[in-house]
Amino acid sequence: MQYRCEVYIQPRADILDPQGDAVKNALDNLAFTGVEEVKVGKYLTVLVEAANADAARESVDEMCRKLLANPITEDYELKVSEA
Amino acid sequence: MKVAVVIFPGSNCDHDALHVAGTVMGWDVIPVWHESAELGGADLVILPGGFSYGDYLRCGAIARFSPVMDAVTTHANKGGLTMGICNGFQVLIEAGLLPGALLNNNSLEFRCKFVHLKVQTTESPFTRELEIGDVMKVPIAHGEGNYFAPPDVVKQLNDERRIAFRYCDENGKILPEANPNGSVENIAGIVSDGRNVLGMMPHPERASEEVLGSADGKRVFECLSAAYADVGW
Repeated sequence: MQYRCEVYIQPRADILDPQGDAVKNALDNLAFTGVEEVKVGKYLTVLVEAANADAARESVDEMCRKLLANPITEDYELKVSEA
Repeated sequence: MKVAVVIFPGSNCDHDALHVAGTVMGWDVIPVWHESAELGGADLVILPGGFSYGDYLRCGAIARFSPVMDAVTTHANKGGLTMGICNGFQVLIEAGLLPGALLNNNSLEFRCKFVHLKVQTTESPFTRELEIGDVMKVPIAHGEGNYFAPPDVVKQLNDERRIAFRYCDENGKILPEANPNGSVENIAGIVSDGRNVLGMMPHPERASEEVLGSADGKRVFECLSAAYADVGW
C-alpha cells in the first residue's frame, strides 16, 4: 500500500525566525493590518510503501528525527493518507 | 603532521585549507573525497567551507550522511584533532559532534567581510598558544552562521570554557554591533567536551598570509603544530 506523508516543519516558537520576521515586515509595509506573526517553514511530501498507515507514519517520523527536521530548532507534524 | 581535508560535492574552500596546511604550514596533506571510508591515517581532519550538497534541506544536513563521516566521527570520538570551518562547522553540528544549531543570519544577508574575534579559552589544542583576550582579524563568508543553542547548553559551554572565539570590534569589545549574524552571546567558535573538535564560522585559512589582508588565522594552525609536537595525536 502506498501512503502520501505530508511533513510540516516549522521553526520552534522560542526560536528567532528572521525569514518570518522579514515577511511580516513586508506585509506590514503593504498595509495589511492585524498580522501578529509569520513563521516560515518547510512542507515536504514523502511517498512511502508500507503495510499500513501506522507503519508509514512510524517510518516517516523516524526520517524526521534523523534527517528531515532539526530537533533543536524545528517542530514537525505529519499527516498520512492513502496515495 | 598528516592533515586530511575532506571534500564534499559543493565544498569550495578545500584548496584554501590544502594550501595553508601544505604550503604555509608544511604539513603532509591528503585530499579525501567524501565517498572515502578512511582518512589516510590523518592526525588532523579539516572539514572545509562551501555549500556541501547545495545546502539542500539544511546546511550540512545531507553531508553528515556521506560515507566519510563515519570515519570522521570515529576519528573525533577517539580524540583525533578535527576542525570544521564555516560549512564544516555546520556539518559537525549536524553530525552531533558539536552542540547547537546554525540558523539564518538575523540580517538575512550573506555576510562576506573581515571581522574581529576575541580568544575566549586557551584550553584547547587550537588556542593553547594564544592569550585570552587576544583579538584576531579573520574573514567570514556565510548566510547561515547565526549560532543558537538552548540556554542550558550555552551555560554549559561557558562553564566548561568551551567557547573558543566571540565576535568583537577591532578594540576587542564584545558588542551587539560587532555581531555579524545574530549568534547568541556573539559566539563564533566552540570546542567539543573532549576539546579535540573545533567548529568556527570565520575562516582562519583565508587569513594565514599577510598578502590576504591578515595572517592572524595562521596562529590557530601554529597552535596545532605546537600541540602536535608536544602531545602527538
